[in-house]
Amino acid sequence: MGYKSFEEINEKIRSKKAVVVTAEEIIGIVDEKGVGGAFRDVDVVTCGTFSPMCSSGAFLNFGHSDPPIRMSKIWLNDVPACAGLAAVDAYIGATELSESRGMEYGGAHVIEDLIAGRKVKLRATSYGTDCYPRRELEAWITKDSINEAYMFNPRNCYQNYGAATNSSDRTIYTYMGTLLPKLGNVNYCTAGELSPLICDPFYRTIGLGSRIFLGGAQGYVAWQGTQHNPSQPRAENGVPIGGAACLALIGDLKQMDPRYIRAAVFEKYGVTMFVGVGTAIPLLDEEMVRHVAVRNRDIKTEIFDYSVGRRSKPSLGEVSYEELRSGSVQVGSRTIPTAPLSSLKMAREIAQTLKGWIARGEFELQTPVAALPREGSPQALEDCEGE
Amino acid sequence: MNSEKRIGINGRASDRANAGVSADTGETSTGEKRVKALLTYPPGAVGKPITYSLVRQFNLWINILHAEIAADKAGRLIMDIQGSADDVDRGLRFLTAEDIEYEILNGSIVWDEDKCVHCGACTAVCPSHALTMDNLDWSLLFDKEKCYLCRLCTRACPVGAMSTPI
Ligand code: SF4
Ligand code: SF4
Repeated sequence: MGYKSFEEINEKIRSKKAVVVTAEEIIGIVDEKGVGGAFRDVDVVTCGTFSPMCSSGAFLNFGHSDPPIRMSKIWLNDVPACAGLAAVDAYIGATELSESRGMEYGGAHVIEDLIAGRKVKLRATSYGTDCYPRRELEAWITKDSINEAYMFNPRNCYQNYGAATNSSDRTIYTYMGTLLPKLGNVNYCTAGELSPLICDPFYRTIGLGSRIFLGGAQGYVAWQGTQHNPSQPRAENGVPIGGAACLALIGDLKQMDPRYIRAAVFEKYGVTMFVGVGTAIPLLDEEMVRHVAVRNRDIKTEIFDYSVGRRSKPSLGEVSYEELRSGSVQVGSRTIPTAPLSSLKMAREIAQTLKGWIARGEFELQTPVAALPREGSPQALEDCEGE
Repeated sequence: MNSEKRIGINGRASDRANAGVSADTGETSTGEKRVKALLTYPPGAVGKPITYSLVRQFNLWINILHAEIAADKAGRLIMDIQGSADDVDRGLRFLTAEDIEYEILNGSIVWDEDKCVHCGACTAVCPSHALTMDNLDWSLLFDKEKCYLCRLCTRACPVGAMSTPI
């Protein structure tokens, strides 16, 4: 069995000879030419996803005012940002809500406004120190008026995720969208066969340092995502059944495109952010071809009942993405309509854009500097007992 | 007891909408009138046989498009009401007398395609099947003819792409 190295593939990318297709297009190529033929003819496969990802945010450094201030409380357009860093550093979390507008506007909107080049009102207070005497500040900022602005998303790009439904008698409002009573709908939220970590189920080509598409710019995988769960049970093809691995991502907010980072409000749940992510998978060997050519019918997930407000929600059974995409699923004797929350149309656009970058020699693949953990599962949090 | 009901009556309403009734004015050439109304029941009034009275006392043709009724809370009912112009007006006055607020729904839901990210969240709540996903290119499809004007999509859309022009 042959082998192509990252370096050989990058050589082809530099000379603009790399053959790049998306994770959907490779399926037809494998059908036509077989795994061996696809390995011979294709070098890189691109993936994409565009989903609401709550665990997202950005680090900002505002520069120093005169006289200077050691900001100890910070608001951006009335949305509190974390100020527990050095004098003028802050982290704005996507889900933080505005103190004046509530759920209508939040951290994700601040980030979207900054990316779009709009002015944002910075307000800060301090207790004042000898070196930083100032106690209050108001200023207008834009992404170009401040020093650094980089997105750092602690948990993005879930490798598969459970679908959601509601068996109770009332409508419930969740981060999985509006769930109608009495199993009125099933919502699901991944790009399926186009999804980055579904196409590289054992993280052979993606790891710390991998270059990616993040919000329209080139970004990097910084770490495994929080609650990384590679020990989730897997199907025979290696794809986990339900939420498993995830990635912490980093990228330059100043280079991003507002088309690929969109603030979102989920009714009665709160603010979150659609994050556009794309990855490029080098076809190192035939095994990688088999992984990227996975089909929706072979990707399974579970349907969870979100009416149970507990850590573990009851599963109502397993379904494939082919069934979810068909518009309805069968749960027991019931046929329940399905709806996506993750935009496949945008995910396709991202995979196509990244494909273009690589074909034009603008994006080289980065060999991971360290592997993502392949074992382990998240801990639970227990309440205090007694005093 | 907290029973919330959803009644979705597929396509029928729009079949009738095409049968010679102007959707804008609700008036027809024959003195018939057709309106789409959103009824808000105060808590406690949910049990009243309102629809039955509208049909029997006022000779109205009623099609319930959408209902959300919680026994302990206010309920919301969207219905198509059709009959002679006089009967429709008398029926609406009857609602007011019964303490039921109503709003005549007209205009339309506006879909801002530039804002839309084609996620599909609105299709999860749309009771009329006016909102569906194209299963080839996975963009949102909006069939205005089927829309009940229930406005559930305006709240379910995470990016504010569905709205009512007021
Ligand atoms: S208002 Fe929105 S949710 Fe209601 S029927 Fe019309 S399109 Fe569907
Ligand atoms: S929920 Fe909003 S953004 Fe998503 S498809 Fe519907 S209209 Fe478009």
